[in-house]
Amino acid sequence: MVNDIAAERMAMPCVVTVQMGPLSGVEPGLLARAYPLAAAGSPASSARLEIENVKLRLRCKMCDAVCEAMVNRQLCAVCGAWQTDVIEGAELLLKRVELSLQTQVHLHV
Amino acid sequence: MCNVCGCNVTAGNLHVAKKPAPVGSSAIDVLQRLLAANDSEAIHNRVHFDEHRVFAVNLMSSPGAGKTSLLEATIRALRGEFRIGVIEGDLETENDALRIRAEGVPAVQITTGTACHLDAHMVHEALHDLDLRNLDLVFIENVGNLVCPAGFDLGQHRNVVLLSLPEGDDKPAKYPVMFRQCDLVLISKLDLAPVMPEFDQDRAVSYLHRAGSAAPVHALSARDGIGMDLWLDWLRAQLPPRAAIADAAD
Repeated sequence: MVNDIAAERMAMPCVVTVQMGPLSGVEPGLLARAYPLAAAGSPASSARLEIENVKLRLRCKMCDAVCEAMVNRQLCAVCGAWQTDVIEGAELLLKRVELSLQTQVHLHV
Repeated sequence: MCNVCGCNVTAGNLHVAKKPAPVGSSAIDVLQRLLAANDSEAIHNRVHFDEHRVFAVNLMSSPGAGKTSLLEATIRALRGEFRIGVIEGDLETENDALRIRAEGVPAVQITTGTACHLDAHMVHEALHDLDLRNLDLVFIENVGNLVCPAGFDLGQHRNVVLLSLPEGDDKPAKYPVMFRQCDLVLISKLDLAPVMPEFDQDRAVSYLHRAGSAAPVHALSARDGIGMDLWLDWLRAQLPPRAAIADAAD
């Protein structure tokens, strides 16, 4: 995705921002370590990876309260009910790509 | 969430569009799921199942929880009632597919090499070798793993997770991401209950609730048939009525 954007805009990416929550199933630290390997040899290798961790937030189906929760304790902080909906915390999104305007290149990706 | 209707824009990232880009750079707001390629292939698979009125179940568990044994017993019990096909996921060997074929139903083996889960592309490839026109129900037996399979939509209609008695009742607490998204939990190897008194079903359900799961829980033993009826009834309740299947076949 990052390489497609870089090719489309004919510019090198300088910051790649990924947004992820604890229910995404991906560990931020491992993604940070894997990024240079995955990006090697592509335009994305010129970019710094920024990870934004989203907290898990639930809405209680019983009392409608909204609260933050831990992944293995997804209980309503107000009434203690376990019947909840996830509002945020399952994201695994490429949020934004910043392109350097100084380094325009012809890319083959 | 999807990349179509805007539901991936949440209160947590709404401000992105308004954030000014630093001088000397240009910011492109994307807000696309990193697994978009897998998700679109999963949608394709689901459409494929739906077009053939086939109901697809993704069966997940740790290795050795009894997925294949459950499938063998299920195929035997539903013979004559539903036409079943199986997609088998394993790192190596065709052992499980051979066991399923021995029950007289088609089975496609996916060997993933070192990959610890199935993804929608692998399942799509396997579907080329499965004639959906002659099936009502497809089980996708995922690679034995309670972690990575949770991250990949395959195009299934339901997720079923097995938790076997010897694993311990706290598995939902240790693998909450997997258990949060399941539609049914089967506590398997119930025949071992007399020698596994430390497994507390109520505690397993309590951990399941703490993982945010509202999935029903059935305990069963594929070996001696205890509890199989509840599982089979759950399956029957998920499938379209037989008349609808017959209509589709006409």
